[in-house]
Amino acid sequence: MNTPIRSTATRWQPWSAVLLGAALLFASASSLAVDAEDTLTDPVLRTRYESINRELRCLVCQNQTIADSDADLAKDLRREVRGMLEAGKTDAEIRNFMTDRYGDFVLYKPRSLVLWAAPAVLLLGGLVLVGRIVVRRSRSMATAAPDPDDSLANDEPASRPTDGKA
Amino acid sequence: MNGKLLNRYLWPAVAVLALFGVFMFALARIGSGDLVVSDIPSPLIGKMAPAIDLPTIAGDEARFTSASMLGKPWLLNVWGTWCPACRDEHPALMEMAPVIGVPIVGLDWKDDAGDARNWLASLGNPYHAVAFDPVGRTAIDFGVYGAPETFLIGADGRVLAKFIGPLTMEAWETKLKPKLLAAKGGQP
Repeated sequence: MNTPIRSTATRWQPWSAVLLGAALLFASASSLAVDAEDTLTDPVLRTRYESINRELRCLVCQNQTIADSDADLAKDLRREVRGMLEAGKTDAEIRNFMTDRYGDFVLYKPRSLVLWAAPAVLLLGGLVLVGRIVVRRSRSMATAAPDPDDSLANDEPASRPTDGKA
Repeated sequence: MNGKLLNRYLWPAVAVLALFGVFMFALARIGSGDLVVSDIPSPLIGKMAPAIDLPTIAGDEARFTSASMLGKPWLLNVWGTWCPACRDEHPALMEMAPVIGVPIVGLDWKDDAGDARNWLASLGNPYHAVAFDPVGRTAIDFGVYGAPETFLIGADGRVLAKFIGPLTMEAWETKLKPKLLAAKGGQP
């Protein structure tokens, strides 16, 4: 009997499409641009070369790193990175070389501490705020019965007892 | 009760409107061409311009050095014969060169010197000199990421301004010349 097998196959089709899509996505994300004159053989330098390239924005094609881009400028910048690695420059020196010329925008990982800390600070701030509201409400629920004339009282009765206003 | 209403509704409304105002302001600047989001501000502004020591497109022994320009302001215009926007820009450079009183130096970027000579022979030569940078090493020092780009360099060798895209007489008058006047501070 062919029919049940075929129906099983049909049921799996949407999933295989998703899997294929995911496979293609990763395939394209990992394809690196290759330079003909790239003669970097030292495995340590090669690893550093690839990780630095993945941090540098290709400025012509602003949503790619210079590791991915086939743009002429990306090629030139990779050549500079190779030259500096072979000359014994540190990763920090190479990054500085780039930001001295192209500004912080060339770095995919921002240097500004504010940018790195902001999500954590905002999340903590939000949690503290929610916590305070919850504590206030549960306290006023316990102490004061809601005033049926004040439509706002049901939402925020706590400001009265704690503020001492009104 | 009124104060409470104010706190609950007025201030958030004011905040939302203020945010809306900021967005509208930025959009208006983009719409008027005042703000170009793809323009990347140059970290070189106010710093000494990178040294240039390159052959010229003439193909002989002559070299162009930025040291030779010290003592007077000049423009460095990055171009290439492969760049359509540079062709659009060329008539404006021809118009500007005799009248702005500031020499324009070309940086022929990732190009063929013969093509560049032909281009200037047929379209006219607005340049005081044209440095030849086939590998693009000097362009990287200047943080060039496209062509055309134009740098205004002061008499002391500092970068006063950068203009991204085809330069026009209007852009010279409104974006570059004021920076030159401000840097000069009245001195000749």
